[in-house]
Amino acid sequence: MSVFAPAAVSPWSGVARPVLPVARPRHGDELAATLGARETASVLGLGLARSYSDCVLNAAGSLVDMTGLDRILAFDRAAGVLRAEAGLSLDDALQAIAPQGWFFATSPGTRFVTLGGAVANDVHGKNHHAAGAFGCSVRRLGLLRSDGRHLDLGRDEGDPLFAATIGGLGLTGLITWVEVDLVRIPSTDLDVERAPFGGVGDFFDVAEASAGHEHTVAWIDCAATGAALGRGVFQRADWSAEGACVAHPRKLSLSMPLDAPAFSLNALSVRAFNALYWRQQSRLGRRREHYGAFFYPLDAIGRWNRMYGAPGFFQYQCVVPPEAARPAIAELVRQIAASGAGSFLAVLKTLGERRSPGLLSFPRAGATLALDFPNRGGATVALMNRLDAVVREARGRLYPAKDARMSAAMFRAGYGETLEAFRACVDPAFSSDFWRRVSA
Amino acid sequence: MTEQLGRPRRVVILGALSTIAESLVRRLAAQGAHLALAARRADRLDALRADALGRGAASAEIFALDLAADLDVAAELDRMLAALGGEADAVVVIYGALGDQKIAERDLAAHDRLLAVNFTSAARWCAAAANRLEAQKHGVLLAVSSVAGDRGRQSNYVYGAAKAGLTTLVEGIAHRLAPSGARAVAAKLGFVDTAMTAHLPRGGPLWAKPDAVAQSLARLIDAPSKPVVYLPWFWRPILAIVRNVPAPIFHKTRL
Repeated sequence: MSVFAPAAVSPWSGVARPVLPVARPRHGDELAATLGARETASVLGLGLARSYSDCVLNAAGSLVDMTGLDRILAFDRAAGVLRAEAGLSLDDALQAIAPQGWFFATSPGTRFVTLGGAVANDVHGKNHHAAGAFGCSVRRLGLLRSDGRHLDLGRDEGDPLFAATIGGLGLTGLITWVEVDLVRIPSTDLDVERAPFGGVGDFFDVAEASAGHEHTVAWIDCAATGAALGRGVFQRADWSAEGACVAHPRKLSLSMPLDAPAFSLNALSVRAFNALYWRQQSRLGRRREHYGAFFYPLDAIGRWNRMYGAPGFFQYQCVVPPEAARPAIAELVRQIAASGAGSFLAVLKTLGERRSPGLLSFPRAGATLALDFPNRGGATVALMNRLDAVVREARGRLYPAKDARMSAAMFRAGYGETLEAFRACVDPAFSSDFWRRVSA
Repeated sequence: MTEQLGRPRRVVILGALSTIAESLVRRLAAQGAHLALAARRADRLDALRADALGRGAASAEIFALDLAADLDVAAELDRMLAALGGEADAVVVIYGALGDQKIAERDLAAHDRLLAVNFTSAARWCAAAANRLEAQKHGVLLAVSSVAGDRGRQSNYVYGAAKAGLTTLVEGIAHRLAPSGARAVAAKLGFVDTAMTAHLPRGGPLWAKPDAVAQSLARLIDAPSKPVVYLPWFWRPILAIVRNVPAPIFHKTRL
């Protein structure tokens, strides 16, 4: 009996759903034997597969599902340091740390990611301009190489494997455990302020004026055209001094039971939804919200990706450097609005100067735009190719965790500076569909 | 749960490294329980203790033991109770082994080991726990049994017979403890998605998640119940049918 058994694996976008050999170890002492038992040349660690792209897939090889290794190894409540197995989800970890007045230094827009996945994709959040990416809070990590060596890598010890593993898409070996610095929070609520803005230029003005707030992000109506082009709602928030320390509720309020029919999502319904959402969000003004509602609004709807129906969807996320940000973002928004292909949830945010140690980390100073496109085949790909040209011209790059189609040239254009140093750290037995695509 | 007792719960878990037990440990830890955790592997118990403490357990003592070995279980149980301050609100007997029916049919040593793990040794721990709970006049003995004990089937009757014995034993202990204020419950589980069943084809409505089962077990620790329960509940009507299929028909199946 093999420890690898066939299982269907789907990235969050649902565009591909292949069946692969997957192992599900439960204990750290099983990992070396698990890697050794693979019947394929290559292997890749897998977390909760919330990445949108083929960076969670390894069609020519096998996957090691790490979600069974989800133990807290040490939680220092006085110093605020958490060490845990790589398969622990933020969802689960927050149940332990938030009631004690601690939080992750930064969090992505879903809590259904593992620590290993947060490291491998060097995720970022609404406080990037203040806290940097997740990798900035990583103190140490465990890495199992395919030659059987268990490495214990610290951030100040100079091993290039540490920097390569942060944002390294799981290609440097199996991330076995992670130790992070937590941050103190006075309560688990945030004081949130929402204000509408009329266009991309206004967004940048508000963002500059809001740099003193810890969390900032904007929703942008990418279906609006004409005078309303680039309108949106800016959100800024800080941890509230009032309120208790209570973890988020674990029960999902809703869940998509199956794929929505493809016709339910069209230009008309998107325009109507966005117009409604713009009015509703604009009216909210100031209020206090629990972190669960503020950071993870979509987590309340289980399997929300099924909204896009069986064909799935593409997510497009780029970052462009500060000097090019205003014209480049304005051009991207113009092209998306003109195409009529945009979806509900376009997000615009300025990123800060703080550099993560990660060699291949996506976040960098500038502005990032992220949005979904329902998969309509060639037209969608053509639009994304046009957007690529704008991003390249601005010397920007795309986020691997969100990308399902960028070319090797586009990847080199974005990550060329550190690519060779990274390549030297890749474990020869680790690979992914994404990696084969962009290193072709 | 802590609120119901007005203080943190104190729980002994025998077989604390099984998938279901680990889920139960996490639930109890998050509520600030004191835990005494016994299983065979010391290294994995260390990780379990760290996890329990990280999730909020008030204390977590570990006992690396082969629970099915020939031990002075009364003395061992007393050591565990001492780690909890002398008494327990629950003693959970959750260890077991599915074994291999085909091997057990031919290799009588394997046959006896399967009975010893699932019945003889478990019964001995239950007996020791019953004595302590009866003396302290509160607390519950919670033994994890199996629907496999409801009808002997060609595919797993050695395991099934051991679990049938365990269920009957615990049912009897519940009867004996009733006047004292202590309780005993045998929880009969169906298919659960765990390491024990990793070799079986899974999926479908009959498979339960370990965390859901652990949640039900936690509830059995807190609230009075029947002495024998099915987890999940739907196994009761299913097994009622399975038990009543006439033998000539039943013998034509490969169940």
